[in-house]
Amino acid sequence: MGPGVAERLVPSPYALAEIWRETADVWSLALEPRGRDGLPAAAPGQFNMLYAFGVGEAPISISGMPEGGGPLVHTVRAVGNVTRALCEARPGDVLGVRGPYGSSWPVEAARGRDVVVVAGGIGLAPLRPVLTHVIAHRDEYRRVALVYGARTPADVLYRSALERWRSRFDLHVDVTVDSAGRGWGGNVGHVTDLLPSVPFDVADAVAFVCGPEIMMRFAVRDLLDRGASPADVHVSLERNMKCAVGLCGHCQLGAEFVCRSGPVYPYERVSPLLGVREL
Amino acid sequence: METRSLDELLGEHNFFEGMDPRYLTFIAGCGRNVAFHPGAWIARDGDAADSFYAIRHGQVAIEVHSPRTGALVIQTLGDGAVLGWSWLFPPYRWHFDVRAVEPTRAVQFDGTCLRGKCDDDPAMGYEFMKRFARVLTRSLEATRLQLLDVYGEERAPAGAAATEERPLGPRGG
Repeated sequence: MGPGVAERLVPSPYALAEIWRETADVWSLALEPRGRDGLPAAAPGQFNMLYAFGVGEAPISISGMPEGGGPLVHTVRAVGNVTRALCEARPGDVLGVRGPYGSSWPVEAARGRDVVVVAGGIGLAPLRPVLTHVIAHRDEYRRVALVYGARTPADVLYRSALERWRSRFDLHVDVTVDSAGRGWGGNVGHVTDLLPSVPFDVADAVAFVCGPEIMMRFAVRDLLDRGASPADVHVSLERNMKCAVGLCGHCQLGAEFVCRSGPVYPYERVSPLLGVREL
Repeated sequence: METRSLDELLGEHNFFEGMDPRYLTFIAGCGRNVAFHPGAWIARDGDAADSFYAIRHGQVAIEVHSPRTGALVIQTLGDGAVLGWSWLFPPYRWHFDVRAVEPTRAVQFDGTCLRGKCDDDPAMGYEFMKRFARVLTRSLEATRLQLLDVYGEERAPAGAAATEERPLGPRGG
């Protein structure tokens, strides 16, 4: 029998092993369990609740899995009191972690097919485990493409990882920014500008899309226009989450509790809800 | 080395895909192959816009210059894109600077010649303009998305330090 609700609401202590700055307001935190075993293994796309003691809790996607004993990595943008406290933590500080929660990107179901990853802004964080998984099992997937959009060159996340992925012959990686000075030698334009040139077989591809909801709406539309099936396009929704176990109702979207049945959904399941302005 | 005709090259370009071969031959009469080295200017703001380009390979940057910020890149265009629509309407002047970022190969079309052919053959002209309208629509849509600053939504609102956390989803920001 799995843990009860009360047990699932109790955070486990994790020590901050390392923290590094990704962009001006985004940090990645590497956490290691303090004492005994850590939390159960997570799947790509799931999230944890991170607790800055004395300040509060925030839901944060897992951006790096502890495969082979490595630390648990979360990437956090400092947007308010809790996330700012998390980003100001120092190595050795103890944070509370509970999870993992929510649904995951169906990376196993995508085996043997083309994979298209479309990310915008900090939406690349929950998709990074997809890419590390696919690269670790590269021969099990056909063509793999990542299309990533950010606001400016200074806002591009995981620069060194992107450069590493881009240098591979078996990955198609395109990065674009909304605006740039002349020092930026890459693409300028919206992420949807790049989609028409992404090589994938529309009849046999799985797409994973994560970013601001407006960006996702347009990216999904472009993928569907190219012939992708709504059942094969998956999106990660962002809603206000508090309890993460489907009790408080803050993240309710129609009949869905995004913290439990989401955040990752097949587009065909949530598309009717996304069109409802009152939600 | 195999030499390929311009209408064959055009037939492989996204913009001309599926176009009646007769039209391609007709249009090719206004075009010529061009190449630009990285850093070469293709157009300058205010110059006469007497051309448009079908980019075959490479990348170009559309820029605007500001005395305060220097050159700001508004958009880049690459393989299969078309560059320039100022040749379509008076006063036929470029409104931005355009610079090659990578070694770029393109077909350059003479605007006066193309406008003349569109007038001479309205069916072809209509087909041509429909394709241009599609490019303009996509470009307008992309510009609107850029203007929306969708990634800016992810940032802290002004005064966030003194306020409660804004509603947070699992992306951590």
